[in-house]
Amino acid sequence: MSEEKLNKKDFPIAETRPSKVKGKRGMALSELTMDSVLEGKVNLDDLQITPEALLQQAEIAKSVGRKTLSGNFERAAEMNKLLNSEVIEIYELLRPGRTESKSTLLHAAKKIRDKYQAEELAKFIEEAGDFYEKRGLFKKRF
Amino acid sequence: MNNTYEANRWKRVDDWDDRPLRLDKFAVEDPGNGFSAFKGKADPKPSIKLNAGKITSMDGVLAKNFDLIDAFIAKYHLDLDIAEEAMAIPSSELARKLVDMNVPRTELTRLAHGLTPAKLAETVAQLNAMEIAFAYSKMRARQSPGNQAHVTNAKDDPLQLAADAAIAVALGFDEIETTMRVARNSWSNALACCVGSSLGKSGTLFQCSSEEAEELEIGMAGFTSYAETVSIYGTESAFIDGDDTPWSKAWLTAAYASRGIKMRCTSGAAAELLMGFHEAKSLLYLEARCLCLQRGMGSQGTQNGGIDGAPLAGSMPGGVREIMAENLIAVWLDLECASGNDARHSESDMRVAAKILPYLIGGSDLICSGFGSILKYDNSFNPSSFNGEELEEFLVLQRDFEADGGLTTVEDTKALSLRKRAIDAISHVLQDLNLANTSPQMKQSVAVASGSNETESFTPRDVAIISEKIKTEGINVLDVIKSLHTGGFEQEADNLLFLVKLRVSGDYLQTSAIIRDARVLSAVNDPNNYTGPGTGYRPSEQRKKELADIREVLDRDEVLRTEALGEMAEMKAISYKLIGRAAADGPPNEVVVGISPAFGSKIFQTLAGHKLSSVLKALDDGITRGGAVMRLVKFWHTADTSFLGLSAARLSGSGIGIGLQAKGTAVIHHKSRLPHNNLELFSNAPITKLKHYETMGYNAARYCLKELPDPVMVATKGEALGARFHARVALIYAIETSMTKDNATPELLDFTFLKAQS
Repeated sequence: MSEEKLNKKDFPIAETRPSKVKGKRGMALSELTMDSVLEGKVNLDDLQITPEALLQQAEIAKSVGRKTLSGNFERAAEMNKLLNSEVIEIYELLRPGRTESKSTLLHAAKKIRDKYQAEELAKFIEEAGDFYEKRGLFKKRF
Repeated sequence: MNNTYEANRWKRVDDWDDRPLRLDKFAVEDPGNGFSAFKGKADPKPSIKLNAGKITSMDGVLAKNFDLIDAFIAKYHLDLDIAEEAMAIPSSELARKLVDMNVPRTELTRLAHGLTPAKLAETVAQLNAMEIAFAYSKMRARQSPGNQAHVTNAKDDPLQLAADAAIAVALGFDEIETTMRVARNSWSNALACCVGSSLGKSGTLFQCSSEEAEELEIGMAGFTSYAETVSIYGTESAFIDGDDTPWSKAWLTAAYASRGIKMRCTSGAAAELLMGFHEAKSLLYLEARCLCLQRGMGSQGTQNGGIDGAPLAGSMPGGVREIMAENLIAVWLDLECASGNDARHSESDMRVAAKILPYLIGGSDLICSGFGSILKYDNSFNPSSFNGEELEEFLVLQRDFEADGGLTTVEDTKALSLRKRAIDAISHVLQDLNLANTSPQMKQSVAVASGSNETESFTPRDVAIISEKIKTEGINVLDVIKSLHTGGFEQEADNLLFLVKLRVSGDYLQTSAIIRDARVLSAVNDPNNYTGPGTGYRPSEQRKKELADIREVLDRDEVLRTEALGEMAEMKAISYKLIGRAAADGPPNEVVVGISPAFGSKIFQTLAGHKLSSVLKALDDGITRGGAVMRLVKFWHTADTSFLGLSAARLSGSGIGIGLQAKGTAVIHHKSRLPHNNLELFSNAPITKLKHYETMGYNAARYCLKELPDPVMVATKGEALGARFHARVALIYAIETSMTKDNATPELLDFTFLKAQS
């Protein structure tokens, strides 16, 4: 998308662009009606935010001086593609003492880089590995 | 022994020992052992050193020695484009900017991006409590204040959760948080609160506090819309002991956003001290580290301000000021702040009320991050500062200060019908989804119950089975929406669909987002623009009316209605007849009783509830017993007790008169005394008994005989009689004064006590 970056005037996007905000399977917000729910046309994926919407929120956050919040939305946009189980698995790996070496983290980083091109997240995991090594976190806690 | 002159203890101290305050434990300042609000033994001096665009040291620690927290803050919080400029400003100057209404909020949040934890702490520590409160009000992110409720119960009973959630919504809470007594009941609690919070209006955000991974799964199933249990600690050891790192928590922060779920982190004073890893640093400095971490992680907000550590922080000198100071750092860092005021920090109601006041009058994104909307014993977190028991006190505080604490009175009959509808809705969903059946007795017991001790409903074991089924069968929010709709709960289904659709756009992921009138309101479209009087949040006239509208308020009509009820009884007890102008022509053994204009015509009982005929009878009996006779005179020129008494005395053959107001205030006067220099006065009508009036009559008679009787003492137990009666007094007195006529002549009253007089 080469459109101009969003700013606070575009907020809330559900109101300013209801036909452009879409769920994961492409169903627009305006199509998410009670009738379509009752007819069984809606599943949980249609209620999922997309990377696009997260990046738009990142632009809005940045436009009002919230760079770190924007950074979180950018990481979230990548994470959006991961399966629930993958999100929770990596979270577990990042907790202290879950693995005995840095390589497990590096492996997880490679996996999401290869599978989802999740570059920011992969770097984030690798960086955690470096600091965990420095601070001696790779030891079993239980 | 204790009563001898050699006693070694003043008994007042025993009285103090009996007050709830003395259940609180207080600790001495001990900076070496982590017991210091502001001045830890190991607190660093603020500093930053950069070299070639990299931080080489921060707050006295070289980069190579950074622990995980330093490293994360240096990498993700500190904005190196601003750091040198911001750190060069003396903290005293930053402190002044915080309380200067002419320095805009946005300038201060910009500078905060370049400030280290030690600098932030050093700055806010220079403000006194009032300055902190003011700066907090100026710096908080969203303009409109809000509030959050706890909805839990001791049985994890889904019927009660649904009913209580519906009440919380009606009260105006923007967010509802539940948790459970039994960990595996989380899915059932989530479903029940989700259904209950769909009643009445759409958009109340809901969270189910449980184990990190499970909470995320419940969110992914669509039952919850936000989370705030991502705990942050200010020392590396405490963080690891809490089984996380800044990186794992940042991962979780992104995870919630990636699923369209609002989240905030949590941190609060003294958590590290409670966990045994304080590093001899002050509460405030460690909190500054926590908050910089949270901003660095990209959390939109924080639940901050003591939280579970509030009681421990409150045990230290300055501990409550410190809690305010850490909240100030949170909003200075541009984070949404759910400002604690949850875990009750004291058994003293006064300490609790004092602590809430700055937040109530200054506003906060969420004033309480858990106001116990249920009874204390039903709160599965901990008793909150305010609970179901104290809810009306909070409503009255809002009214007193015309301060918007986010809540609105729910009228009784509306509350009951909401509870029944919520119970019907959850019962239908449980049955429709083959989770459980409910009986009419269960429903009935929950509808009227104040708390779970009074219910005959699901037990925690029943709930575990329901919860397990929801989880294993993969029931999600769409199943609940469909079920509600087919069960005839169409509005509730619509409300719930509205809520889950919010996650598609992610608008409510922005800072300080809540939903009002079905619109996302956040720091983006409702930014706090305080720049002095007339700016910032001001309740509208409509909102002021809501704040004023508490239960049971008196007005003039109400007073007259109550009096009219007493009129019939009085007609059977006494008859009055005006028989012409009263003159000073009585015998030397008379006591003239002068009554006020509304006495017996508009007002029929005293504030103590005595029929006026009974009061007259008591006086008459006493006067007769004392050897005098009573003459009754109605005055129209005044309603003032002293002047009624003096006027009566001047008409009296003995020079002794009694003035008696309809509300029961009475005085014995002598004709030669100054108006307010009476012989005896009953000023506390609400506690004056008939026997007091009888003795007053007796004494008046003895004064006629030139004796000096013991004055009648009406003992008080220290009741706040003004609070209990003055609204009524003022209304009654206004009725009296409206009937007075200047220079009106007194009239003699003939009276007969009738049969009904006992």
